[in-house]
Amino acid sequence: MSIALPPVAPRRSLVVRRSTHSPALTLVGALVLVILLTIAPWIVPAQFATTLTNFFILVIMATMWNLLAGYAGMVSIGQQAFVGLGAYATLYFALKGVNPFVTIPLSALVCAILAVPITYLLFRLRGGYFSIATWVVSDTALLIIGTIALLGGGTGRSVPGLQNLSPSETAHFSYLATWFVALIVVTGTYILLRSRMGLVLASIRDNEVAARSAGVNVRAARRTIFIVAAAGCGAAGAVLAISQPFVQPSNEFNLQWAAEMLFVSMIGGLGTIEGPIIGSIIFFALQQTLQQQGVWYLIIVGALAVAIALWLPRGLWGAFRARFHTELLPVGHWVDQLGDDD
Amino acid sequence: MSGPLLQVDALTVHHGQLCAIDDVSFSIDEGEILAVIGANGAGKSTLLRTIAGLHHPTSGSVLLDGQVINALPPNRRVALGVSLVPEGRRLFSSMTLEENLQVGAYHANPGPFDIKRVYELFDWMPSRRKQSVWQLSGGEQQAVAIGRALVANPRVLLLDELSLGLAPIVIEKIYALVPDIIAQGVSILIVEQDVSQGVSAADRVHCLLEGRTSMTGTPAELTSEEIDRAYFGAGLSSTMPESGAAS
Amino acid sequence: MIWLNIVIQGALVGGFYALFACGLSLMFGVLKVINLAHGDMAVVAGYAAVFLAPRLHLPELWSFLVVVPVFALVGYVVQRTLIQKSIDRDPFTTLLVTFGLSVVIENLLLEVYSANGQTVNIGSLIGRSWHPASIIYVSYVSLGVLAAAVLVLLALQLFLSKSGLGRMIRAVADDQEAAQLSGANYRHIFGIAAAIAFATVALAGIAYGMMTQFAPTSGGVNLLFAFEVVVIGGIGSLWGTLVGGIALGIAQQFGAHINLSYQILAGNILFLLVLAVRPQGLFGRKNAVS
Repeated sequence: MSIALPPVAPRRSLVVRRSTHSPALTLVGALVLVILLTIAPWIVPAQFATTLTNFFILVIMATMWNLLAGYAGMVSIGQQAFVGLGAYATLYFALKGVNPFVTIPLSALVCAILAVPITYLLFRLRGGYFSIATWVVSDTALLIIGTIALLGGGTGRSVPGLQNLSPSETAHFSYLATWFVALIVVTGTYILLRSRMGLVLASIRDNEVAARSAGVNVRAARRTIFIVAAAGCGAAGAVLAISQPFVQPSNEFNLQWAAEMLFVSMIGGLGTIEGPIIGSIIFFALQQTLQQQGVWYLIIVGALAVAIALWLPRGLWGAFRARFHTELLPVGHWVDQLGDDD
Repeated sequence: MSGPLLQVDALTVHHGQLCAIDDVSFSIDEGEILAVIGANGAGKSTLLRTIAGLHHPTSGSVLLDGQVINALPPNRRVALGVSLVPEGRRLFSSMTLEENLQVGAYHANPGPFDIKRVYELFDWMPSRRKQSVWQLSGGEQQAVAIGRALVANPRVLLLDELSLGLAPIVIEKIYALVPDIIAQGVSILIVEQDVSQGVSAADRVHCLLEGRTSMTGTPAELTSEEIDRAYFGAGLSSTMPESGAAS
Repeated sequence: MIWLNIVIQGALVGGFYALFACGLSLMFGVLKVINLAHGDMAVVAGYAAVFLAPRLHLPELWSFLVVVPVFALVGYVVQRTLIQKSIDRDPFTTLLVTFGLSVVIENLLLEVYSANGQTVNIGSLIGRSWHPASIIYVSYVSLGVLAAAVLVLLALQLFLSKSGLGRMIRAVADDQEAAQLSGANYRHIFGIAAAIAFATVALAGIAYGMMTQFAPTSGGVNLLFAFEVVVIGGIGSLWGTLVGGIALGIAQQFGAHINLSYQILAGNILFLLVLAVRPQGLFGRKNAVS
């Protein structure tokens, strides 16, 4: 007679930690980076400041898109709706005499508020239908804005309130504004994902049905994320409007924003904080190198994103992280075994 | 007689990290009825689905006529004569009764069964062949599911939880068909939670407990006490066979 | 009379929209994939008709005889390779991959053929129309496209309900696993469905080029319309597609009648209204929406 009993696992004590390395080191590194990037426009050539501004606009958008798709599973191809609405909110407030730089949080707030009713429509659709519906919303916003004469109709209008600044001052200040918004967006996302919301999103991502039966309000979590992402993209639109400083429906509501957000997040790595930033760096490097060759950079970036989606679904940073077990901005937990107790 | 028709050899199947089937072996000869019984979660459905090709084994193999068929997708196994009637019927809901049978017949092997033969087996079907399947009762849907598998002319028919959700009288009617099917030279592997049905219909019984073989034998050899113990796992050691169950 | 004209012109455009949308609907119904490059595929077909057909000494009007079968073949191959690979990952990946393809295709066309508008040259046929009453003009091209749309939908309907292969496609759409257990090679069936979808989208793209100018960026707008048609008509319903197309066409004509810049907006608003009031669409089954 043979009795098959499952082997009793020896008890081990587990220790849970977040960082893979000393948090103090990360903090010092981050501080140095923040100081460097804050004084950057005064130490680099002026046209490079503009490039850096555009870079951080993309970082903001991609971080928000990654929050939507990578963490909450919503593939939006209509995020440019909130870029455009943010830009136009800034134009509107500036026309009413508000300092354009002050409008940035206001525009983000406007987008957050507008996002609430939109979720009630969009959340009726699933998967790909949700995706295209976000685009319909963006297209509708574009068409409506285009009919408002005060906002320049279809031809656009320049943002007032910046005339007393010299061009280089405008470039410097809009860089600073963009960089601070990017800093807030990335840190805010990091804090959000380390909060209870991060756990809720992880549970939905792993198994939506199980999460629901465990009492997670999936819809409310998604709605919150959608609103946050709308606010973030609205802020990106606001700094975009200031840095130009001209807004036009076909530019601010361009589908290309959604394409860039998606490509950058995918290349860098969906579902990681670092991914969109790394993706943005790669995107800008390609764009700067290939800018003489028309739209080839978009073709290459698009093809690269498709290839990565198929063969390296966690993106470059995800692959790197899996290989070297390292995280700069950890939102998960690592469990270590300390050894046998008995 | 050459070897067995269908053989399962040291089969182990995982769902993610969960081990659903753990080192299970048995075989079915031509024209034989084997009942695999076990409680909920014992791994019965996983076993049938692995034989049909819907799950991939972690180790071990499924053999048909002595040939390993592990790598073949479900449709290729149908062509070789392995048909599964899945748990919950799984009829094509947008189609009529007859269209469901036509789908089954589209890739059929040559053999005794065709739609006409199925209509003879279930004499109520011809008059309702144009009805949508969702208008049929549970028992009728189960009959269509069996018919859909039969028209492919399988050599071994895998029946997963036939009695699930059906009234006892309906279950009896469906089991009454088994001899007709066997008479055409088809082997049957029945999976049942309902022990009495499975055991009374079968030539041999194989009991699973938490993914492992807990007992095998012919219905005549086994007392209901032994079956209960193998089924529920109480006093496992007293009925556990010395070595592996299958030859 | 103005209102009658709006309805007639709307219905004519609607036929085109239905032709455009039925491939999208089929891909979703069978593969559960939303092909975000659907609109761009149509534009590629338009360019093929304009630039490749003349090399074969084929009049552009008849270019579909070559382009449509080639697209069917391409559809099968793209499905069995790229799209199947992304389906094997997850539905999420199919969206990323098809959107990536959409952007790549659009920009490649821009690089190769520039942003200039093109038309499929059909000679003097373009200007001709039937003139039954005072202000009502029915263009022969639009009428032809509407007839083609109805014909395609009819053929598709017959194929899916009467032929063995069509039944297998429906079986896979209903329950992929059960279809495999009935002997279906679902990947092959997916390929067939994609081939049909690509063929119809090629036809739609050429028809579009006959009716109006197109450019590399036309794909996006058309995908939007096709998608609105599918949701308005009801997800997964073939005839719903035709009704949805006509409804969208009439809404757009109505918007254009008020103010030319309201044309597309009116269609979008109809879409959002349907979404708010009847999310399963006019002919749809409830299970397509959450």
